[in-house]
Amino acid sequence: MSEAQPVLRLEGIVKTFPGVRALDGVDFSVFPGEVHALMGENGAGKSTLMKVLAGMYQPNEGRIMIDRKPVVMRNPIEAKQNGIILIHQELSLAEQMTVAENVFLGELPRTRWGFVDWKVLEERVGSILAKLNCDFGPRTNVGSLSIAKKQMVEIARALTHHAKVVVFDEPTASLTDAEKVVLFDIINDLKSDGVSIVYISHRMEEIFTISDRITVLRDGSYRGTLVAADTTEDEVTQLMIGRSLDYSRNIEQGEIGDITLEVDGLSCGRLYSDVSFAVRAGEVVGFYGLVGAGRTEIAETLFGLREPTSGTIRLDGEAVSIGSPADAIANGISLVPESRKEQGLVLGMNCRDNITLPQVDDMTAGPFVSNGAEIAIYDMYRDRLDIKAPSWRSEVGNLSGGNQQKIVIGKWLAMKPRVLIVDEPTRGIDVGSKAEIHNLIRELAHSGYAVIVISSEMPEILRVSDRVIAMYQGRIMREFTADEVNEDNLVQAISGVGNGKAA
Amino acid sequence: MAETSVESVSAQANQGVKGNFRWVVRHPIWAFVVIIFLFFSLMTDTFFSLGNFENILVQTSTLGLIALGMTIVMINGNIDLSVGAVVALAASLTVDIMGWPMFESWGNWQILPAVAAGLASGVLLGALNGLIVWKTGVDAFIVTLGAMLGVRGLVFVYTGEQSFFAMNFAYSDFGASRFLGLPTLAWIFLVFTLLIHILLSRTVHGSNTYAVGDNREAAVNAGIRVGPHMMVNFMIVGFFAALAGITLSTQMGASTPNLGRDYELWVITATVLGGTKLTGGAGNIIGTFGGVLAIGILRNGMNLMQVPAFYVLVTLGVILIAVLFLDKQLNRKGDGELRI
Ligand SMILES: Nc1ncnc2c1ncn2[C@@H]1O[C@H](COP(=O)(O)OP(=O)(O)OP(=O)(O)O)[C@@H](O)[C@H]1O
Ligand SMILES: [Mg+2]
Repeated sequence: MSEAQPVLRLEGIVKTFPGVRALDGVDFSVFPGEVHALMGENGAGKSTLMKVLAGMYQPNEGRIMIDRKPVVMRNPIEAKQNGIILIHQELSLAEQMTVAENVFLGELPRTRWGFVDWKVLEERVGSILAKLNCDFGPRTNVGSLSIAKKQMVEIARALTHHAKVVVFDEPTASLTDAEKVVLFDIINDLKSDGVSIVYISHRMEEIFTISDRITVLRDGSYRGTLVAADTTEDEVTQLMIGRSLDYSRNIEQGEIGDITLEVDGLSCGRLYSDVSFAVRAGEVVGFYGLVGAGRTEIAETLFGLREPTSGTIRLDGEAVSIGSPADAIANGISLVPESRKEQGLVLGMNCRDNITLPQVDDMTAGPFVSNGAEIAIYDMYRDRLDIKAPSWRSEVGNLSGGNQQKIVIGKWLAMKPRVLIVDEPTRGIDVGSKAEIHNLIRELAHSGYAVIVISSEMPEILRVSDRVIAMYQGRIMREFTADEVNEDNLVQAISGVGNGKAA
Repeated sequence: MAETSVESVSAQANQGVKGNFRWVVRHPIWAFVVIIFLFFSLMTDTFFSLGNFENILVQTSTLGLIALGMTIVMINGNIDLSVGAVVALAASLTVDIMGWPMFESWGNWQILPAVAAGLASGVLLGALNGLIVWKTGVDAFIVTLGAMLGVRGLVFVYTGEQSFFAMNFAYSDFGASRFLGLPTLAWIFLVFTLLIHILLSRTVHGSNTYAVGDNREAAVNAGIRVGPHMMVNFMIVGFFAALAGITLSTQMGASTPNLGRDYELWVITATVLGGTKLTGGAGNIIGTFGGVLAIGILRNGMNLMQVPAFYVLVTLGVILIAVLFLDKQLNRKGDGELRI
């Protein structure tokens, strides 16, 4: 590869925000037709670097060269005209508009009279969706799509232009395995057309499957570039976090107590039916299944967001009716939701207030909210979860994606629940903090919480659970103990083959 | 309400009963329009006549014109509270300038610079509102609240708290003139309604208006220049407020500094009745037209039945809440909807 000239070259990029030096002289270059992975902890500056590249931020110092010519891109349209396309980490869609309009947002095709050319628009989007194997059409409303499908809409945007470099910022965080395969096919197609790909992800196995080279950032500075074929996960991790991973605390199991939560014959319309299970104090129960298996909906029912059509929920042996999240919280049930941006955070509020939001009532001194108490709580969870934010005053919306997720988790831990439900707890979280969060989940169980973990990542489920419940199309297929469970029988159980015995 | 033009256009064109039902589901205000239309036709002898329908159109054209602009800024995720004050400003300016001695020898041509100045005042104030919202990031509600107070004050200073009377009879006759069998003011309203409907549903600017109101960040990311875009829309609503002020003064043959008081509330009511969301991203001109007609028919019909004016307000308040409730019920997401 060394004989070729890089198609793109970033030199000495510096980008500061008030109080943060997000990028500190980063060099980065991409060759034609390569898949170049960009890795680093949450807050390392990956997304910021790519936003500089895509014309959304202007660098304070440094320059960008495309085909060896320096260019200045003042906005995303100019970047597109230079052949650079960025697929955003956080979904960036107009929910009430159609798929077609979203795909061409900002540059809808026009007729001679200046009207939107719906015919051309729908044809072009239709063929892109077909290429992506999407089962929805250009006229579908984006708001009615699942998160994974919305992600596909974002990806469709990359195929509208003749691109030189396509940047995927954590595209797989909410994709199913099947959709991931489609995405990797697309990436390989682009690659064989000579398009370069920058691929950001925290999932090592993906990085090693797809990438040719790996560049690592740490705290806003460049740490090195490795050739994927000649390196190991451990080497990358070392470069990223300065140490190897520590899983030592995962194994220990606490004392398992009485049944805290018991669910019997719970059904909710077409979403899931006849679900029964129990969670004991001190135990982590993992729910594994494909996206859409009904796991999130069960969690939402337990948290009072959905009304079950039949069945009972018992806490400590007593039947309870949970009509609202307020009821759930009063009963000691907490939910860390799966999509942080839409459900878990108030983006315009600062870090401290987001963490203390659900329990402001408890922190009052007379009629006033006690400032000191709030800051103390924030500090505690910042240290425990290793949240990287300039200060408690920083707006959550400005944090890196992974650190936002940590704030959501912190918020619910601060409630001291008895039953803690976490839905996809480490989506978008870097390897170091992922291990931390896994440890934390184990520790919480150890100290007597009943914990439910919903995850689509098999290694995560296997690592944290004492028992695993496998779901398929709204039904429990099988229940495993930690000793029984392995990758093979789990895959079988969630794909509906063999119709394993009901629990 | 979530549809944008691709769907609404084709859905209306080629579907039968089911299509009609869905159309009503999307525009529940039109069901109300039909109901109150039938009600007043049966309850009064005078309501159901061509002459009265023309009346209603002329009476509502002022509100209606402003509502067209308001729909755009509200879909955009903004609001403009200064429209009532702009009505008074444009009317006073126009009527006053027409009488300036320098235009004395111009004959009826004196109307031209006067109307141009009136319209320009609205457009400029809109530009100013938009510029402030764009550059400072202050919420449109606050910015235009300030403009509403400030402009109204300016009008009082400018007019010395006096009413102005139009000495040019061509001008004051215009308000009662007819064209091709309809009152001219009704034509103005109908033509602009059509134009703005096309702007919103067919043009790129229209699509961007929905996108910006729906998800401003996504619009920025997609390279839409959101600041200038919003400024243009504020200029459009400013233009309509000024135009409404001018047509109103042609009807009265005069302007008063109190002209257009509370108009912002009526206009917002009509727009919201028509299904435009205060949060932005949703709404359309078909709905707004229905909202404007609903208010016009109610005022007219209750007036014919000699119901005291304050009952009209009570009825409107109830209907506003009822229509929005109905809208919510009809457009539920079903299984997917979470409890609150
Ligand atoms: N608009 C902004 N204003 C202020 N600070 C910002 C802004 N955008 C990013 N930052 C800060 O810059 C740093 C780098 O953030 P960035 O989003 O680039 O991280 P990242 O590597 O993409 O992390 P993740 O893996 O969690 O997505 C963080 O400390 C973040 O808080
Ligand atoms: Mg990021």
